[in-house]
Amino acid sequence: MTDLTPVLSATWGAEKSWTLDTYTNHGGYSGLKKALAMEPGDIITAVKDSGLRGRGGAGFPTGMKWGFLPPDDGGPRYLVVNADESEPGTCKDTPTMLYSPHTLIEGVVITSFAIGCSHAFIYVRGEIIHVYRRLMKAVEEAYAAGHLGKNIHGTGYDLEVTIHAGAGAYICGEETALLDSLEGRRGQPRLKPPFPAVAGLYARPTVVNNVESIASVPAIIDRGVDWFTSMGTERSKGMGFFSLSGHVKNPGQYEAPLGITLRELLEMAGGMREGHQLKFWTPGGSSTPIFTDAHLDTPLDYESVGAAGSMLGTRALQIFDETTCVVRAVMRWTEFYRHESCGKCTPCREGTYWLELILKRLEAGIGTQADIQQLLDTCESILGRAFCALGDGATSCVTSSVQLFKDEYDAHVTQGCCPFDHSASALFTYEDESDAPAIEEARV
Amino acid sequence: MTYDEQTLEGLNKDAAEIIARYPVKRSALLPLLHLVQSVDGFVSPDGIAFCGRQVELTLAEVSAVATFYTQYKRRPNGEFAVGVCTNTLCAIMGGDEIYRTVSERLGVGHDETTADGKITLEHIECNAACDYAPVMMINWEFFDDQTPQSALNLIDDILAGRAVTPTRGANTVASFKETSRVLAGFPDGRADEDQGIGEPSLAGLNVSRDQGWTENQSWKEAGK
Repeated sequence: MTDLTPVLSATWGAEKSWTLDTYTNHGGYSGLKKALAMEPGDIITAVKDSGLRGRGGAGFPTGMKWGFLPPDDGGPRYLVVNADESEPGTCKDTPTMLYSPHTLIEGVVITSFAIGCSHAFIYVRGEIIHVYRRLMKAVEEAYAAGHLGKNIHGTGYDLEVTIHAGAGAYICGEETALLDSLEGRRGQPRLKPPFPAVAGLYARPTVVNNVESIASVPAIIDRGVDWFTSMGTERSKGMGFFSLSGHVKNPGQYEAPLGITLRELLEMAGGMREGHQLKFWTPGGSSTPIFTDAHLDTPLDYESVGAAGSMLGTRALQIFDETTCVVRAVMRWTEFYRHESCGKCTPCREGTYWLELILKRLEAGIGTQADIQQLLDTCESILGRAFCALGDGATSCVTSSVQLFKDEYDAHVTQGCCPFDHSASALFTYEDESDAPAIEEARV
Repeated sequence: MTYDEQTLEGLNKDAAEIIARYPVKRSALLPLLHLVQSVDGFVSPDGIAFCGRQVELTLAEVSAVATFYTQYKRRPNGEFAVGVCTNTLCAIMGGDEIYRTVSERLGVGHDETTADGKITLEHIECNAACDYAPVMMINWEFFDDQTPQSALNLIDDILAGRAVTPTRGANTVASFKETSRVLAGFPDGRADEDQGIGEPSLAGLNVSRDQGWTENQSWKEAGK
């Protein structure tokens, strides 16, 4: 069995875990001390050698991203941390910032020093107020302790950090939309190239990294590349959060080496809720094609999950048991994508609109066989044709669920209703009276 | 312009502080819109004009940004924004029924406000607390592991003017305006308030402790 490896979460249970004192008492900021004694280029090399890949979903090698910055031209370059955590199922960056904000701040200082940045930004989604309070406090403490500001640790290096609140838009998790939003615009993605490394924030060289990626940097520098690469698989190194949610006994954050399996994680989480069996799950958030119990032993690393037809994404494992209607689940995700589509490109804007209407008809029991085919056709019109990954992501659950659960879609058509009792999926008992309004709404 | 002199003076002072955080003025627009909401309770026409003057944009340009983001309200928001997560995971775990129950009790639907101006109800998208499903947010504080009954109790408390306490967050929920001011980047001194860490956040740590998997923890010891 694979051991869990709590690193970022190690101090979460400590008294006042979010304070500088607690963090420092547990060895915090020792990575920064080491980093400031290194050549910036050597830090980049270390992160490259560690094999750390972006923890925000795309899995792009972090050190390589830093290496794409053009040579210093004397002008500013920026680090922007993507803390706009909102991929459905994803709930790892929020507790990281809530319970140990200094892990992120330390990572920000080391990364900024490595890439030659003197003003870093942390773009936090606006809907998590206490996280925002804790981050602001942590930045204040870090300034007072000399980890931020002028002449950090007496090295002559200066860094300013600004915490910036978003205002409710999933699309701002897309790195170029995030940059537009940070510039005070509507959060719509930009055409790439140029990539942010060349022309990012204010058209200057910019590194955009996820919270967990940046928060992993202090440990890599402090404990070394060999320690980090001792965890994980050949091409998916290190540890990461596996966030279990849904019909499991003990949902929560499990920090483990990449390559662990759902079977192992489920065992640690006490299994499925009493008397129920696994039906389907997302390996990495709602934008990754769904898996079933056939994938219990698929190693959760980038390569293996990809080879099995999905994506590791954000390791947000949303787990559903046999009481769950897959059409209802997919309909809800699709409502989300329709709502969050920024409207910039036609395939995504129009495609998600129609997917939602069709799925509502099907779930309400007034859909037809032709509707099921239309779902697939519409997905084909979106996939690979949308401006950014949001459109592609919207098709994942639709296409994969029709592939895996065609019978269930058929049953909605032949029975003229949803064959499931929705109340059976809930964690409390109630009378399910939801069908009538659903049909009403779907007819509109 | 209908801001009185004192309000305007405060706004100007705060705006200057916000703008100073950024190398380029326009970046201040999102926090400025949060600031306007902290005074008016929504993004008012006056507020749009104020932001426009601060960052040198037209009313149309500011409006275009304000209408893109769901946290900016176009009508006066209730003192408490009550959001029930009805994205897939929470919906299936019971969020749909919680939303239905709350909506029925309040007599308002999505993005509508009770007649007394206390509560604006919303069904919200994933709020990054899936391991605590079904989740409700009140003025963007976490209310984890909800049931229809626990949600109704909270609603009744708010309607009766009693303070409510998040499951993870500050000791009491701040008002919509106060919350907006924090989002504009002005600390309210409540970062150290705490309701204890939730079990799901400790789930992996608990297993590690029970199994004695300490080898990888020497960098930082687990707190428990």
